[in-house]
Amino acid sequence: MKAAVVLFPGSNREGDVASAIKRISGKAASIVWHADSALPANTDLVVLPGGFSYGDYLRCGAIAARAPIMNAVRAHAERGGLVLGICNGFQILCEAQLLPGVLQRNAQLRFMCKEVYLRVERSDTPYSRRYNAGDVLKIPVAHGEGNYTADEETIKRLEGDGRVLFRYVSPEGKLDPKWNHNGATNAIAGILSEKLNVLGLMPHPENHVDPLIGPTDGRGLFESIKTVLEAA
Amino acid sequence: MKARVTVTLKNGVLDPQGKAIEGALKSLGIDGVESVRQGKVFEIELKDADKAKAEAALKAAADKLLANTVVENYRVEVLG
Repeated sequence: MKAAVVLFPGSNREGDVASAIKRISGKAASIVWHADSALPANTDLVVLPGGFSYGDYLRCGAIAARAPIMNAVRAHAERGGLVLGICNGFQILCEAQLLPGVLQRNAQLRFMCKEVYLRVERSDTPYSRRYNAGDVLKIPVAHGEGNYTADEETIKRLEGDGRVLFRYVSPEGKLDPKWNHNGATNAIAGILSEKLNVLGLMPHPENHVDPLIGPTDGRGLFESIKTVLEAA
Repeated sequence: MKARVTVTLKNGVLDPQGKAIEGALKSLGIDGVESVRQGKVFEIELKDADKAKAEAALKAAADKLLANTVVENYRVEVLG
């Protein structure tokens, strides 16, 4: 597993995700500067980390999505390579049109920093094979713009193709507007690209991988990636 | 040459910021406010003196960066 974490000006979770990758795969991730035009040779996982790239100027992720490195990230995705965007990384993937839709201001207008419950919708993807469909994970969120929205047709297509991987649910795994903390359409927390190789999600699985901190529900995501890449 | 690009949310797109501003205006006692939609205005200074070229460049700027056409509309004006 050869991971590259892209660092934009204003990213701040690159260390967390690099440390989660090291902890779970045993191999260090390279940190790649946004102004570079190529990924390190043989990169098989690209991560766009959380943070506030370019201070969220214009729209969250809008300027980062047009950075030079994004052409290489797009080419990697088109080859079927894995691209994982977490929080601001998800916003960047939407702005770069590697994923459809947009992340709007949270419906209640507040920045949310807390633990939420996510339901895994399917286990047959590179990001979820170490989970079971229906598993409920406790994962932290920290964002002000995580309210996923897209036009009706796109939502229908995402749902029809099973491209919603995570949803905000109650601790028992039930859909409930009370637990859809940012107002996202259909409680969507994470979606996949058509070929299932690009994943964007608002919550931070990289922050729940160390028993010292508490829950380790995020480990399965990185273990899934490791399993897939090592079998390849 | 001066130009202006105005970016607004499409109809039907939830605008929580506009709603909050609307609430604040009403609580200030400003009369007759029915609703508020928030948007952005970009004032752009262009080198080109050719109006058609300027409009094409501004459209490209709006499509590529200034607006997210999933949820936003834009209007381009060359002010001369």
